[in-house]
Amino acid sequence: MNLPVTALPRRSALLTGAALAATALLLTACSSSGSTPGDNAGGTGSANGGAKLTLTVGDFGTFGYKEAGLFDAYMAAHPNITIKETTTTAEGDYWTALQTHLSAGGGLADVQALEVGRIALATSDALSNDFENLAKAPGLSQGDYLPWKWQQATTADGRTIGLGTDVGPMAICYRQDLFQAAGLPSDPAAVSALWAGDWSKYVEAGKQFQAKAPKGSFFMDSATGMFNGVVSSSSQQYYKGGKLDYKNSPSVKSAWDLAMQADAAGLSQGLKEFDTPWQTAFSQSTFATTVCPSWQQANIQKYSGAGNSGKWNIAQAPAAGNWGGSFLAVPSSGKHKAEAAALVAWLTAPEQQAKVFQAVGNIPSNQKAYELPGLADFKNPFIGPNAATGQIFSTAAKAIQPAEIGPHSGDVKDDISNGILLVEQNHKSATDAWNTTVQQIDSSVQ
Amino acid sequence: MATSTGPGRRQTWRTRLYRWDSKGSPYAFVAPFFLVFAAFGLFPLLYTGWLSLHQVSLYNVSRSHWVGLRNYTDLFSGPPSRFFWNALRNTITLGALSTVPQLLIALGLAHLLNYRLRGRTFLRTALLAPYATSVAAATLVFALIFSPEGGMANWLLGLVGAGPVHWEAGHWTSQFAIALIVTWRWTGYNALIYLAAMQAVPGDLYEAAAIDGANRWRQFWHVTVPALRPTILFTVVVSTIGATQLFGEPYLFGGQSGHQGGAANQYETLGVLMYDQGFRNSMLGRASAVAWTMFALLLLLGLVNALIARRLRRAH
Repeated sequence: MNLPVTALPRRSALLTGAALAATALLLTACSSSGSTPGDNAGGTGSANGGAKLTLTVGDFGTFGYKEAGLFDAYMAAHPNITIKETTTTAEGDYWTALQTHLSAGGGLADVQALEVGRIALATSDALSNDFENLAKAPGLSQGDYLPWKWQQATTADGRTIGLGTDVGPMAICYRQDLFQAAGLPSDPAAVSALWAGDWSKYVEAGKQFQAKAPKGSFFMDSATGMFNGVVSSSSQQYYKGGKLDYKNSPSVKSAWDLAMQADAAGLSQGLKEFDTPWQTAFSQSTFATTVCPSWQQANIQKYSGAGNSGKWNIAQAPAAGNWGGSFLAVPSSGKHKAEAAALVAWLTAPEQQAKVFQAVGNIPSNQKAYELPGLADFKNPFIGPNAATGQIFSTAAKAIQPAEIGPHSGDVKDDISNGILLVEQNHKSATDAWNTTVQQIDSSVQ
Repeated sequence: MATSTGPGRRQTWRTRLYRWDSKGSPYAFVAPFFLVFAAFGLFPLLYTGWLSLHQVSLYNVSRSHWVGLRNYTDLFSGPPSRFFWNALRNTITLGALSTVPQLLIALGLAHLLNYRLRGRTFLRTALLAPYATSVAAATLVFALIFSPEGGMANWLLGLVGAGPVHWEAGHWTSQFAIALIVTWRWTGYNALIYLAAMQAVPGDLYEAAAIDGANRWRQFWHVTVPALRPTILFTVVVSTIGATQLFGEPYLFGGQSGHQGGAANQYETLGVLMYDQGFRNSMLGRASAVAWTMFALLLLLGLVNALIARRLRRAH
């Protein structure tokens, strides 16, 4: 054996060094959020002139604050405040972590974003006490927010735990070149007129398209997108009177039937939305329409690629509806609750929401923002350079009928979308797929 | 007088100290492992068992209520039973599809690398490369290969005139694809273990066999494999445990529907089911019941394995 004598000590020194470094990292990470004790004594929200403090913001996807320069502007106006943002790409991962932190009572940011699919759970008895009431946050005017959006974040006993950031008014994005090739009108007004007022006309238009479509192209990306569109534009969705009642919901029934029709007629490419093949299909121009909540524009632009610039256009959806959108909330366990509430009120004020829209395309939940210059007359250079994008989305946003959403709305939506995939991808019969879906929902809702 | 008893007493004190040292020190040395195990292994295990007897949601762990064995009866015959039995079947089929070829290929590779080859060290290191790749990276690459939109697998099939296959949607095609990822990642690792064991086989056994006129195939079959029997048993056990806990590959392979192992749960394993119940449906109690069922399954496998090992030893 010829073991070098120094091997062991050197290695252990290395290990000790690594352990020390890790500990140091942990310590600094912990202290960065709580380095300024006692700065919240007044709790009046008078941010100026106070001790230095750091506000942490936890969110997911693209909220657009950094892109619109809002954090920098706020820090410039409040020299004692530093803002740190932590972003998770997938909302599902974000929500899982947030739930765990809430139940453990630690690791929360001063401001936490909540997606609309989670808001019913967040306002329920189980979770609402973990959040601050923001109804009286400084500089806030309740009338500015879309009333239904305000209501969604309000608990049964009248506490408003989240302020609306964006909403997801729907349109239909379509490929002008494919529409022309199939002999359909391609002008936004004429396309909107094709299916105005009724989702079944959208399926009819699809049959016309498919009859003369270029080989290998489909009318829609997936029937699940249309399913969500139909349900999202109804005021009765998955809940009725506080109870899960999707089996008797007229919108669920008609949306399911339309999806089955679309599949049977071969209108859908049968892709799983947001999945990699779906993303690839954008660049390969294999489908002609997709249901287009305002935030979908960013996806279309990202996945279609520069080569497809100007080929997409945007038309009104058969019926106004809302798909997606978020809130900002302040967890009660935070150290700087008053300052966090002031930040949330400022971030969701009309001027700031308009800036976010111009930067990343999120439609404001603040009605006042629709009147600001640069919003209603906004045009997207990538999608339909001449389409009245801002006009279409702000009109749709104002026409949204509020719907009752419950704690499991998001889960049920996911399960039924999956049921449609069973027909589209796994070639099950409509009846089989529906039965499996019901079993899945029964098993996942306790 | 006093001085004469002094050294004697010191002697006994010293021997006693020595005895404590030689008896106690080993316990002190192994204590850190057991303390860490108690904190991060035993406690979670018992706590999970406790949770599995409650109805408890992820976002409100403090508000749990006792339901006895209901989570287990639900799992075996209640509303989620269909998904449980399906996941158990998938775990077994996926396990067989990945473990068997993996070990056979590893054995063959190890045998080839045992010969004198040029660049042997390089080849041996290269074997470990897939093992060093992260599950996420490997799975994403394979998901692209098996993608229905411009995937390489369908392109190759197209070359020989076979129609495109929707790999992810099919029951067997998706399991085949996932088994391929597992096989790709672990074959090299097992091959290195076999190689190490092969090098411990005395060279004169081969020489004797060669003198007796045995070709390489017969040498492999009659000298190498019997000598490797304990090692093979070890890799079978380790791979079986790995297969029972299979999670990362199916979860990531499924993309948007990975949390439930595909739209039709066609490749949902027990690990994926546990994640789905706990973190997507927020049912910690039921997820804990799945975890304990998996644990029981592993104990059972361990027992079966111990019996086989004893039988083999006796036969030897």
